[in-house]
Amino acid sequence: MAAYRSLRDLDWLMLFLVAALCGLGVLQIFSATYDTRYSDAWWKQVIWIGGALLAMWIATLIDYHTLLAQVPVLYALSVLTLIATYALGMTAFGSRRWIGTASYHLQVSEFVKIVVVLLVARYVTELKTEQLELPDLLKLAGLVAVPMILVMLQPDLGTALTFLPVLLAGIFLAGFRWQYAVALVLIIAFVAPVSYFLVLKDYQKARLISFIDPSQDPKGSGYQVIQSKIAVGSGALWGQGVTKGTQTQGRFLPVPHKDFIFSAFAEEHGFVGVIVALGMYFLLLMQIIENGQTAPDRAGMYICMGVAAVLLFHVLVNVGMVVGRMPVTGIPLPLMSSGGSNIVAVFVMLGLVNNVRLRRFVN
Amino acid sequence: MRTDREHQQIEPTDLLRDDVKFASGKIAFFQYFMVAVFLFLLSGFWELQVRDPAIYQERALQNSIKAIPVLAPRGKILDRDGRVIVDNHSSFSLYLSRENLKMEHLKPIAEGLNLDYDSLVARVRRFKSRGEPQYHPIPIKEELTPGELAFVESHKDENTFPELEVIHVQHRLYPRDGLAAHVVGYVGEVSEADLNTPEFARFHQGDIVGKDGLEREYNDILTGTDGQRRVEVDSFGNERRILSEDKESIPGKSLQTTIDLDLQAVAELTLENRKGAVVALDPRNGEVLAMVSRPAFDPNLFAGRIRSKDWNDLINNPAHPLLNRAVQAQQAPGSTFKPIMLLAGLETKAIDDNFTVSCPGGASFYGRFFKCWSKHGTVGIHTGLVHSCDTFFYNVANRMDIDDIAKYAEMVGYGHKTGIDLPHEAEGVVPSRKWKIRNFREKWYPGENISVGIGQGATTVTPVQMASAIGGLAIGGMWFQPHLIKDAVHLMPARSAEVNLDNIRKVVSGMYGVVNEGGTGVRAHIPGIDVCGKTGSAQLVSNDALHKGFHQTSDMKDNAWFVGFAPCSSPEIVVATLFENGEHGQLAAPIVRDVIKAYFDKKARLAQPQPQIAALPPPILRAPQPPPATPPPPPLAANP
Repeated sequence: MAAYRSLRDLDWLMLFLVAALCGLGVLQIFSATYDTRYSDAWWKQVIWIGGALLAMWIATLIDYHTLLAQVPVLYALSVLTLIATYALGMTAFGSRRWIGTASYHLQVSEFVKIVVVLLVARYVTELKTEQLELPDLLKLAGLVAVPMILVMLQPDLGTALTFLPVLLAGIFLAGFRWQYAVALVLIIAFVAPVSYFLVLKDYQKARLISFIDPSQDPKGSGYQVIQSKIAVGSGALWGQGVTKGTQTQGRFLPVPHKDFIFSAFAEEHGFVGVIVALGMYFLLLMQIIENGQTAPDRAGMYICMGVAAVLLFHVLVNVGMVVGRMPVTGIPLPLMSSGGSNIVAVFVMLGLVNNVRLRRFVN
Repeated sequence: MRTDREHQQIEPTDLLRDDVKFASGKIAFFQYFMVAVFLFLLSGFWELQVRDPAIYQERALQNSIKAIPVLAPRGKILDRDGRVIVDNHSSFSLYLSRENLKMEHLKPIAEGLNLDYDSLVARVRRFKSRGEPQYHPIPIKEELTPGELAFVESHKDENTFPELEVIHVQHRLYPRDGLAAHVVGYVGEVSEADLNTPEFARFHQGDIVGKDGLEREYNDILTGTDGQRRVEVDSFGNERRILSEDKESIPGKSLQTTIDLDLQAVAELTLENRKGAVVALDPRNGEVLAMVSRPAFDPNLFAGRIRSKDWNDLINNPAHPLLNRAVQAQQAPGSTFKPIMLLAGLETKAIDDNFTVSCPGGASFYGRFFKCWSKHGTVGIHTGLVHSCDTFFYNVANRMDIDDIAKYAEMVGYGHKTGIDLPHEAEGVVPSRKWKIRNFREKWYPGENISVGIGQGATTVTPVQMASAIGGLAIGGMWFQPHLIKDAVHLMPARSAEVNLDNIRKVVSGMYGVVNEGGTGVRAHIPGIDVCGKTGSAQLVSNDALHKGFHQTSDMKDNAWFVGFAPCSSPEIVVATLFENGEHGQLAAPIVRDVIKAYFDKKARLAQPQPQIAALPPPILRAPQPPPATPPPPPLAANP
């Protein structure tokens, strides 16, 4: 059943929202890099969006059931690529998350995210039981943990954490014993302090500390949070105008076209702009969930909800970081942040949602 | 619906369409959770952007706005023809902005710029203690070299040393080799002690002010008003755009002096590296045409902050190069006092035209023998002056009351400051009964008159006093306040004396003889120009009233004086020269001759018709350029 009824069934509202958010993103990238050595970033972003559209189209056309059937292959491929990236990958920004040449590189972990969505969807779909029993739970967690740990080793804690919402959404939707949740909370309560001292790297600790008290480290990641808050606050209700934000244009804001693009946006467009942008993200997520609700089968529903969960997590962590309510993790804002891999990965995920939608009327 | 779950197959084709509804409750929960997330985020923006954006707007301004002082250049100092004596040149100064100053940054900054760390810290502390406004940055280094500039440029970003601030300034540029150094003085950073005096009260810590000479005397004219500029900077400290000229800077006004650079150069050259002073005045109005004091110093050393080694070298130099001998050296006038004695004698009728004295090489008064420097035979009022006979003037003094001598000495200006517009002018000493009581609690002994008669004893004068005194006498008894700037406004009215012009003519005639009739000053003779003058050789030893401070370390040879003016009948220039330890006034005479000759040479040159400039604008506009025939002032041979 690779067929679909009509392309008119595509989620045009969702595509409109995606186009609008990408447009805002490109505008903001242009403004934030105006008169800097990154001034061609907006143009690159447009090209990436073009490429991403193509990838989205492909992700829409190939029946998601076919994709689900290939999950073992995709999973194995992902794990192998991550290991290869870890072994050979070039070092950029102090970590190994890229593969490719200097002029063309892909952030592998972004694409592994898609595989994790499919993996979780297939796993919970194939369950025979009412709810997840412990062996299944551990098996699923283990399956997700392997690529997650590999990404964490790169080290890219932020992207690794984006796998978690997919897993949690899958478990939550599939159903589980409440005792497990209690046990999990207890384990986290026990493991967190231990892992703080044993697992987290110094810069990660610094980020956590500076999240709790930014003034502790005004020049490091605390500096980024402080500058971001200043940028957001100085935007006030109506914003300072495109290319007029003093924080953005004065380069007080770190990477204003990537991770902190929303601070730049908030500075230049104000609270009103923020409401519009967040409103569009909200509508986009609602559309994805709606597609999940109307999916032809559980697998489609799980895919949509997985995508919704990962995007919600991105928005929460990235935008929360911008207003100082989340620690600095270095994960991009979907659709707006400059960066090819993320744009393509997000478009592919949205393509999967459309994929599910197109096939809801087919039996 | 739950019951369908058992039928779930791996095969996707077998999945039931509406099976998804099993999770609708959970999906709804997910949606509520999402609403919560968005509200949570929005509340963050609400807090920052709507509830209290002012705090962050303020901080954004602090982040990006910097107040930068715009230093006003000092006015130039020009000579009487408008030629530049003291100029400015562009340079870069380094400041520490105090708004974001971190004490722990001082160490690496000091190391990077080769500054002394301790004095840098002391400097910053001093600024703090003085309560200067916070926006007032601390100057720490002048005239940055390209290397230092590179260090600053690469370290002034937001994350390294944002307090570093490079300011473009106009730096003082003085003539080389100390030309006119004592006249123009020098600038330097205002000192802590100065700031507490009324003269400097209006300045701020770190300001560059005139510290000596005209620079100090005319701080009010030369100092401009600093402005301030608010600029937007990025996180690297680079200026992005000027937001406002808060306060415009007003450059200082130029100061046109009465100095004639041509004459000044000649005077500097003729005095060479001898210790002494030359003062040339126009006796008709008191304008100083040239003023030299040697040894000189290089005012450029002071232009920024003087290095302590340079300062110590200047302070500990036994020849006292910082001393402006033209107005500060108080020396016995020696025989140059004789014209005044002669006038005083004639005026008080102590002697008359026919008074003669026989000079066998000295004379005894009050049981003590006073030597003459030669055996003159019979001398009268003319020959006595021409040959500078001591015996003659011993007798004149012996016939007079000390207070009468003092009256005429003070009439010509001795014993008082001339009021010249330079700091630290000395007033000299004119001994009198009152003076002796006041200073020694003793009455005056008539025997003390004798040495006063030849300009020894307690009498001391400064070169500028002598030039003014003799010049005023030469024009018929009218003394104008010597001054150094063209448009002097606060001049004292000229003093004129009730003296018999005939008596003055007799004195002038004697001074003509000194130069032109085989007197002691023949070396000042200039063919074609009537030069009048008087030599002086003042003893330094065995005269306890001398100011010991000046001479403790100097050689004890006699000081040589010469004062001359020309033309005799209607003087236009008077030149006084002090040649310390020059032994005899005859040796000082050529210096005066050269200056007077230069004056008349230039006058003749300017009077010549010059066809090639006939079409040019009137002379006033031509003035800034030296006349074509004048060689530029060459560098002086030695600069101790």
